[in-house]
Amino acid sequence: MVVKVYKPCVPLSAIATSSTHGEDSPYFAGWRAYDEDPYDATTNPSGVIQMGLAENQVSFDLLEKYLEEHQEVSKLVNGIGGFRENALFQDYHGLNSFRKAMASFMEEIRGGKVKFDSNRIVLTAGATAANELLTFIIANPGDALLVPTPYYPGFDRDLRWRTGVNIIPVNCNSSNKFQITKQALEEAYAKAKKADLQVKGLLMTNPSNPLGTAMTRPVLEEILNFISSKNMHLISDEIYSGSVFSSEEFISIAEILEERGYADAQRVHIVYSLSKDLGLPGFRVGAIYSYNDAVVTTARRMSSFTLVSSQTQKMLSPMLSDVTFTKNYIKTNRERLKRRYNYVVERLRECGIECLHGNAGLFCWMNLKPLLEEATTDGELKLWETILKDLKLDISPGSSCHCTEPGWFRVCFANMSIETLDVALSRFTSFMEKRRKT
Amino acid sequence: MGYQSVSENSHLLSRIAAGDGHGENSSYFDGWKDYDSNPFHPVSNPGGVIQMGLAENLLCLDLIKEWIKEHPEASICTEEGLNYFEAVANFQDYHGLPSFRQALARFMGKARGGRVSFNPDSIVMSGGGTGAQETLAFCLADPGDAFLVPTPYYPAFDRDFCWRTGVRLLPINCFSSNNFKLTKAALESAYETARKNNIRVKGVLMTNPSNPLGTTMDRDTLKTLLTFVNQKRIHLVCDEVFSGSVFNQADFLSVCELLDEEPSYDKSLIHIAYSLSKDLGLPGFRVGVIYSYNDTVVKCARRMSSFGLVSSQTQHLLSHMLNDDDFTSKYLAENKRRLHTRHEEFTSGLEKFGIKCLPSTAGLFIWMDLRQFLKENTENAELKLWRVIIDDVKLNISPGSSFRCTEPGWFRVCFANMDDATMHVALKRIGDFADKVKDETTQLDDATMHVALKRIGDFADKVKDETTQLQQKKRFNKKLRLSFCRINDGGITQHLMSPHLQSPRSPLVKASH
Repeated sequence: MVVKVYKPCVPLSAIATSSTHGEDSPYFAGWRAYDEDPYDATTNPSGVIQMGLAENQVSFDLLEKYLEEHQEVSKLVNGIGGFRENALFQDYHGLNSFRKAMASFMEEIRGGKVKFDSNRIVLTAGATAANELLTFIIANPGDALLVPTPYYPGFDRDLRWRTGVNIIPVNCNSSNKFQITKQALEEAYAKAKKADLQVKGLLMTNPSNPLGTAMTRPVLEEILNFISSKNMHLISDEIYSGSVFSSEEFISIAEILEERGYADAQRVHIVYSLSKDLGLPGFRVGAIYSYNDAVVTTARRMSSFTLVSSQTQKMLSPMLSDVTFTKNYIKTNRERLKRRYNYVVERLRECGIECLHGNAGLFCWMNLKPLLEEATTDGELKLWETILKDLKLDISPGSSCHCTEPGWFRVCFANMSIETLDVALSRFTSFMEKRRKT
Repeated sequence: MGYQSVSENSHLLSRIAAGDGHGENSSYFDGWKDYDSNPFHPVSNPGGVIQMGLAENLLCLDLIKEWIKEHPEASICTEEGLNYFEAVANFQDYHGLPSFRQALARFMGKARGGRVSFNPDSIVMSGGGTGAQETLAFCLADPGDAFLVPTPYYPAFDRDFCWRTGVRLLPINCFSSNNFKLTKAALESAYETARKNNIRVKGVLMTNPSNPLGTTMDRDTLKTLLTFVNQKRIHLVCDEVFSGSVFNQADFLSVCELLDEEPSYDKSLIHIAYSLSKDLGLPGFRVGVIYSYNDTVVKCARRMSSFGLVSSQTQHLLSHMLNDDDFTSKYLAENKRRLHTRHEEFTSGLEKFGIKCLPSTAGLFIWMDLRQFLKENTENAELKLWRVIIDDVKLNISPGSSFRCTEPGWFRVCFANMDDATMHVALKRIGDFADKVKDETTQLDDATMHVALKRIGDFADKVKDETTQLQQKKRFNKKLRLSFCRINDGGITQHLMSPHLQSPRSPLVKASH
């Protein structure tokens, strides 16, 4: 007979037992609901439609077509000459050709308005790792980063969990379309000071997730002035830069820096990834571009924990260096996203739902304030639950993005077929019709 | 593109960034730098440095290549595999592809002769073995806590386990008198030292088979270790990254086997780190694994794996490969055979020159005993000898002090990262060096022998000074903007764009890629 002896569990770390991993948020609860009851047109037509995951599936055919027509890529990855070298390649610099390809792609996205030096690119396994890594580099445990709200819920984990760094929100609201103001920046900074927290940087996402808007020139200038005056860093997460509907409307921080003759550039670091623009989240391709030599060096060392698979670098290199392909891809991807966005916004408007006017991203920022029983976070969460349980739609409540104004929701539209999108939109339509009748 | 020099603003970086926890100032990496600046090539640079300081396994890559050629459906960019492209490219679930986890579980079980079975649901991905170590440290210990680690140990543990986590590694000293075996006395002594210094010990970190020793732990030692961690109620992290690289008849005894045998051991204390970088020779693919018997750790590590997931393209390929039972059986057997042959050739070659190695049955390296060549029994003397070996003999081998070995004079020498011809060149160089030192010493009396060794030492110092100056010159250049380093200016190479940055560069990989 085996006697089971219950010993007290040996403690894990404080990091392991904290909930800063952030998975208790409704943002993820919605994902779980989808996992348990996923929509399928034939086998589960009444299942939950996932509108809470910002993925881009609208342009896969372009990638597949490229690979089909360029079988030399597969020879490159698996062929006689390259395999062994590739399998052994674990240099933190990454494949030269791949870094150059990334630099080239990032330049294409910005319409050639800026140049990127491939030697300043550090590769990481996804933007998740890039943001955490930069935080480790610019801030000590207990320090703070300013982050404009609403922001991507994953930042709570990426910036804070293992780093021990705090986030102080820079609050934005709909009165000026959620744009960042000098006043909001100063208020957040003062709040940090009052709490005795050292602010080491500002992290912004441009174009914004969840707003789906690209930042304007005056705001970018304001931000650069602010971080310079406060002697801090600026991280510009430009992960959706290739998903701005029209290239003229995206201004990268890189452009502003160039115009200013790179004064203060050593404070600035750009984060990028292929997960959104190219729709390749599985491949874990992230990048840090820093104008600061010490940050590049340190980031490269830290990338040892999170390198990009050499096989993946090899496969993507030719595609991203092929300017004919990338020009066409970026243009087509933008057009398709714009079409989808306009379609979604129009259909929602028809049933009485308004969205923030957006010009980028894989989602729209939907205004359901009129539907709230009470204009509070509780009211918002109640509405969210209704939408999840009754409409079987997983959309993300604004409070999970730290929005200070209840009633806003992020709705992703690029991660499904047009048929599924129609089903989702018709559920909104029926819901609104029913409400009007009662 | 000119940006302001960063030195005025270095205070803007974190303590972690500004410190040297990255570990690259170790002599372990100095040798890599020398190799990088003068790499051996049989045709274009036969006088260059042979890299024997990087533990890679190239001996069976042909088998893997062959498998990939015969299975185009496992690659998402071939005609046959393209229909998987979209689903794979989209897959970012932290659990990893189920088929991949199953494949890993099977492979790990096979490497242990089928004596252990692994649950795929307890397998967590990480960014290589490097990522696995760091993640476990984050899960099991708080900043300031310590893990005990038997010496000598893999130098990069100081970075992997400690750099960003703030956790400490404290040595459990082992000695050549009993072939560096871990003893109960050593464990107790290390624990007691920590306690006296008010340092909280959260666990023991060990590598089995050992790097750099190449030895496997025997049953009694494993039991001693398990009893110790159970008594002290601390964790045990076992790095079994070389578990598929055990040769010479002796079967590998994993800690997992003992857990099954002995139910009184608390399984929730045991965590395995693994990777495909050594056994399969695929360091570029960044496949790290954490296997824990503790569900809370599995859950936490899985969340943390978001920072270091394995590319789904790689998961897809390897799940096909490692689920192919015929292939994995054949591979593991052949890998053992080839490693054994190489090990035998190398050690018997050294024996002819009167150079002994620690008897070993695993790994991609040997632990070479050069104590007889030391001027004096000190770390300084070891480093002097090491400089001679790099500069004069042109071999990058790793000095024992970089592994925190308590006894000067031991060196780790990697043998599986080169072809036969290169190995013979390396042996010849060692032989010539040994002969030279012997000639100089046998003809001399003690005093004169010391003069001879002093000359070798002075030569080493001279070269070291020149190298330091060269490094200082490089350091000076570091203050220049990175873009300057693209100019080919009398030997300033591409590598200066990240000065003092030592990522592993295989001798088999061309410099510009």
